[in-house]
This record gives sequence, structure tokens and C-alpha cells, in this order.
Amino acid sequence: MYDTVIIGAGMSGLAAGIRLAHYDRRVCILERHYTIGGLNSFYRLAGRDFDVGLHAVTNFTPKGARKGPLARLLRQLRFRWDDFALAPQIGSEIVFPQVRLQFGNGIDLLESEIARAFPAEKDAFATLMAKIVDYDDLNQELFEVSTRELLSEIFHDPLLIEMLLCPLMWYGNARERDMDFGQFCIMFRSIFCEGFCRPFAGVRLILKNLIRRFRSLGGELKLRSGVDHIHVENGKAIGLVLDDGQQIEAPQIISSAGLVETMRLCDDVSQVDTKHAGRLSFMEAMSVVDVEPKEIGFDKTVIFFNDSETFSWERPDTLIDARTGVICSPNNYAYTGANEILPEGLIRITAQANFDRWQCLDEDSYKLEKMKSYNELLASAVRFIPDFRHRVIATDIFTPTTIRRFTGHDQGTVYGATHKTLDGSTHLPNLHLCGTDQGFIGIIGAMMGGVSIANRCLSESNTHDATVLESGS
Amino acid sequence: MTSEEIREVIIDILGDIAPDEELGDLKDDVAFRDQLELDSMDFLDIVMELRKRYRVQVPEEDYGELASMQSTVAYLEPKMQDVQKA
Repeated sequence: MYDTVIIGAGMSGLAAGIRLAHYDRRVCILERHYTIGGLNSFYRLAGRDFDVGLHAVTNFTPKGARKGPLARLLRQLRFRWDDFALAPQIGSEIVFPQVRLQFGNGIDLLESEIARAFPAEKDAFATLMAKIVDYDDLNQELFEVSTRELLSEIFHDPLLIEMLLCPLMWYGNARERDMDFGQFCIMFRSIFCEGFCRPFAGVRLILKNLIRRFRSLGGELKLRSGVDHIHVENGKAIGLVLDDGQQIEAPQIISSAGLVETMRLCDDVSQVDTKHAGRLSFMEAMSVVDVEPKEIGFDKTVIFFNDSETFSWERPDTLIDARTGVICSPNNYAYTGANEILPEGLIRITAQANFDRWQCLDEDSYKLEKMKSYNELLASAVRFIPDFRHRVIATDIFTPTTIRRFTGHDQGTVYGATHKTLDGSTHLPNLHLCGTDQGFIGIIGAMMGGVSIANRCLSESNTHDATVLESGS
Repeated sequence: MTSEEIREVIIDILGDIAPDEELGDLKDDVAFRDQLELDSMDFLDIVMELRKRYRVQVPEEDYGELASMQSTVAYLEPKMQDVQKA
């Protein structure tokens, strides 16, 4: 018998589990896949370790900082800064034709780059910064204001708007074309004001810390345990039925499966509203190279490229859209530990992709199209970084259907539904959402999302118990 | 528990919540919020830990009493006078 059952052993589910287990709740996490991590997992292929999801951990603040999501998260999960062993980035770049804007951790470099490349927009940028500082994270009404409209009132040069939107949309925008202003502010702070970092050992290290802590608090994790449906009676979730028919009672359920996906699980919902279902998915090409990327001139942590003056953020009609993309390398961080040198070079390139196009391919054409798209994507990317194609010694590629298969997210979405439920509430009082569809993005964001839902559950029962105690005395 | 013991309990809880903090220099009359940047989530933790460890209930309307070490100890003294130190 459990107090809370959590669907999904990703960052948000694990973090929620830790909080609840710490306060003596009996918690079980159900995960359909045979490993943990969800959208931020890892795998081993032909003797090599790969991360999925994580390009960079955002929200970097140095050791000793008390403000910001990273510091708050560490306190909530009771980790030391050193436990995550985060090494800062060495510098990133937004690259459009004719213009490059560099940025690092902290806003200073971006600010001076904008003053250099767009001198007429210096004051406008200060205006934007003031708005971002003032923005209140938890205001759902303000959250959905159009970022494009707001930016076009502030800036005169449309190119700067496109260049600012490019990395922020790439790293966390579920909406097509435009972006919720709330999401924009969260992303702006986490990427431009705070910044990128990575543990030398990759996402494994973070997941290992989370699962070890969860288990030490008595939490239970069941792998290969997919949920077939959530049983609802009289407007309350009663329990879950697993794929193999096993039934689990649950007074409280937290689901990280996604908004639409969770609604589909509820047996009281006959027609799932898919109006807000996300449509954006990605293809990613991993290229192992026989050299340190820096040595062949790729010396940035992340490059966001776009090959015209207009940045298009929408699902392509074709298999992939290689006009814009992200190039990154786990080698390009300022690791400081002894022996912290990755054994090989790795360059990852990501493009937008269309789930349906990939989904309808038969096995042979899928393999063929994967290779063709890989070549197309690399050809596009080497317009912005030195050509490394002759140094590639191994590749791996994932597509929207890979993401669907391992995460269970409809359409292989990474950033989830276009409408975010910040407080995680659903039509049932004892079913909460956590994770991507709660609007918390990135690794730190996902964990923070799980923490916030767990806290909601804890303070509800705290208030309830206090009332019972008072009326009983 | 004496006020000195209650202070130790709070230091212990803060040490768990913020393992990177050096709490030896904590000023009793300055708000936790200003010294340690604690936010509402952290205050919930102090409340929950008191409940978990000593079964002391702090109702939501009293959370403000936990602003600084001084006010916390003063608030908890009558509630914890019969509680034995663990």
C-alpha cells in the first residue's frame, strides 16, 4: 500500500519522489522503460556512453550562490553543490548569416555583444531586461502573452528578435511560431542570465544521485511497469492498472506522462482533448570524431544556427528541417578534475523533425532516410562550424519515433503540450501532473517541477492534519 | 527543551536543508530570508522537519513567526518546553 504513486522515473518524478519519501510518504515510482531518466536518459552503444536529452544543464550558478533555481533545488533535495559536479560552459554562440552573437554564463557577454552588433538596440535591451527581472514566475495569466508581439514593441531591428528567440525556443518552446512570454522569461533567465554547465560524467551522475537518494529514503522503483490506465470512481482516482494487469491502489497519483497522455490513461475520460497537444519533435545526429573538437576549430559549447534572417520554429512538412539547428559537444566544458578528459570527441547536431513522416516509413526506408537526413543535417551544420565530416568514426541517430518509443510522449514531443499547467492540477483532486507539461523546462526545471508538486501535496496534507488535530482536541 | 536547545534544533534543520552553508556565523536577529535567501519552500521545510522530528505543529498562519532565529526560538519555546531533545 502506497501513499503516492508516481508515473515516470524521469527527473521530475524522481525529484517529487525524494521530497515525498523524505517526509515519510510511502512512494512508488512506476516506469515503463527498463531504465530511468525519461527525456534525459543515457545509453551505451558499441562500448560508448551517450546522453540523450541533455545537451547542457541550464540554470548554472556557481557554488555559494543562494539565489536561482539551482540553489533552491539543491536545498529542496538536500544535495551539496558538489554532488552534481557541474562544470561551466566555455562559451556559446547564436549564428545567423552575417551576424554572430556570443554568450557565456551570466548576461555580460551577451549584453556587450548586442551593443557591438546592434548598437541602436542597447537601450531597448535594457528595457527588456527590466521586464524579465520583474516577471513573476507563477502568474498563469501573464504567462501566455505573445513574446513576438512584446519584443516587436521593444526592439526596432527584427533580426535581433529572431536571434534572441532562436536559442530560447530551441531549448524549451512547445508552441509553434510564437512563445508564451512566461516561458520566454524562464528560458531567458536560465540560459542568458544563468547559463550552461554539465557534469563530466553526464546525466548519469545526476540520475545516480537521485535514485540513490530516493531508495535510501525507502522509495520503491518499479521498472518495466507501464500504466495501462488510471481507475476513477466518483470523481477521484482510486488506483492504477499496469500493462500486465496488476492493480495498485493509490490515494494520490502524480503523473509525468504528459497532459494528453495522462488524460488518455484516466478511465473516466472518453474523449481526450488534443487541442493543446504538442507537435514539435527532433532528430539528433551524434558523431563520434577521432579528435578533440577544439583542435579542429569547433570551440563552443553550444551553437544555435539559422541560415536566413527569419527563424522558423514550426513542425516541418518534410522529415527534417535543417535550416536551423543546434550543434553542441560534451567535450567543450571547463572540466577541472584530474582525468576529466573525455576519451573521444563527440559532436551532436539537432534539427526539427516531423513525427508522422518518420512514423509511416517501413523498416528499410526508415534506415535509409535516417542516413540521408544525417548527411543533410551535417552538410547544413558545417556551414557554421569547421567541416569535421572526415573525422567521424562512429554515428548514432535518433528520430521522433525513437523519442516516442522510449518516453511514451505522443508525437515524440520533447517540450510537451502547448498549454502549460503551472500548478499541475487536473480534473481530479488527487491526480497531479509534473514534468514537461507543467512548464518547467530543462533538467533543473524538471526537478523543480517535481519538487513543487510534491510540496503542494505535502502542504495540503499538512493543513488537513493540522485541522483534524485541532478539531479533535 | 531550553531556548538554547531549540536553537540547536533549528541549526541542525538548517544544516540539513542547506548543506553548503556555514551556519556558525548565523546572526540570530537577522531574517533567514536575508541571510540565507530562504524562500517559502524552505520555510515549509522547517515546519515539516519540526513536525517530523518533534511532532510540533506550526499552523500556516504562524509561518511568519519563523522569520529569524530569534523569533523562531521565541515562538517555539512554549510549544516545545515539554519536548525532550532527541
